[in-house]
Amino acid sequence: MSDYTVMDQPQDAGFGDYVQLLKPRVMSLVVFTAMVGLLVAPGHVHPFVGFISILFIALGGGASGALNMWYDADIDAVMRRTRSRPIPSGRVASGEALGFGLALSGISCLMLGLAANWFAAAFLAFTIFFYVVVYTIWLKRLTPQNIVIGGAAGAFPPMIGWAVATGGVSVESVLMFTLIFMWTPPHFWALALFMKDDYSKAGVPMLTVTHGRAATRTHILVYTILLAPFALALAASAVGGPVTLAAAVVLNAGFIWGAFRLWRRPEAQAEADGYKAEKALFKFSLAYLFLHFTALLVDAALRGAGFMTWWQGA
Amino acid sequence: MSFRPDHELHRRRWSRNLGLGAVLAAFVAVIFALTIVKVSRQDDQGNPPGQSQATAPQAVLPQAGQASPSTGGQP
Repeated sequence: MSDYTVMDQPQDAGFGDYVQLLKPRVMSLVVFTAMVGLLVAPGHVHPFVGFISILFIALGGGASGALNMWYDADIDAVMRRTRSRPIPSGRVASGEALGFGLALSGISCLMLGLAANWFAAAFLAFTIFFYVVVYTIWLKRLTPQNIVIGGAAGAFPPMIGWAVATGGVSVESVLMFTLIFMWTPPHFWALALFMKDDYSKAGVPMLTVTHGRAATRTHILVYTILLAPFALALAASAVGGPVTLAAAVVLNAGFIWGAFRLWRRPEAQAEADGYKAEKALFKFSLAYLFLHFTALLVDAALRGAGFMTWWQGA
Repeated sequence: MSFRPDHELHRRRWSRNLGLGAVLAAFVAVIFALTIVKVSRQDDQGNPPGQSQATAPQAVLPQAGQASPSTGGQP
């Protein structure tokens, strides 16, 4: 008979372990962009209804994170960045994460439908489906373009926020989507440039592994250039304004310049200085998105205060 | 009689149960508050804001004192 101690059993998870399953840092992006989408949309939403809607949009995003962690537990165990996550570290059982993710997805969509409207709820359900099935299960292990197409899941929240307020979509909400959609590839490829060992170990086809690091730098530059017109179009739209336009000009110039520096850098130089420029561009990309959406809020506030009658949206 | 100090397992279970209890209580509070907000914003006919009697979904069954739609005006 062998000893069977507590250490041989899967550990009981604490409350914080279940919170970690939701990927709280990604949730903060979902919360912010959905909130901006709701606040810049025309029409009035009761503040409590708006708060509850954003809460359940965030929880829906968290649920998709839990389902992603359930499916990717094998990859997460191999990668340095992810091996301390709840499932690979043994704190949460795989089946628990699946049940948790599915239950939270259902509750989030149902509550969003009851609080706001069923179009927004259906949109949230589609977003969860897209992230889990299209990105995590299908594309992530299949193609280096995984992050391009799968990035759409992270771009839907402002459209869901808009749908909460208006019950539908519009040119403006689609422009908010395209800003995040075009931003996602250079953001993640900059990360992949300085996290180089992990993806190849896990067998995930990141661009740095399949096409090489020089090609990845070129892709980053191309995408940042392609991103700029969408940012300017958003600034010129009915939800934009002078603050958004100024932010778009400055931030896109900065992003393109940072990507150009990356493109010119020899790999040996980057490795020698610990990928300083790559890390700087990644951090800048976070500020880029945050400041763009903050600018939209400022313009919405100016519009509400009556300062923007001279600004005609395109 | 002395009590053994709690194992780490007990501490984790306690945090999980406490957290879950708080989440359930918050869920009940959210549903209650949402109901209050929704009901208080209805008009006298029970329509949500932005929907008038003309655009509200019509009743299928006859209401008290009204004719059935299928009997040509006979209650």
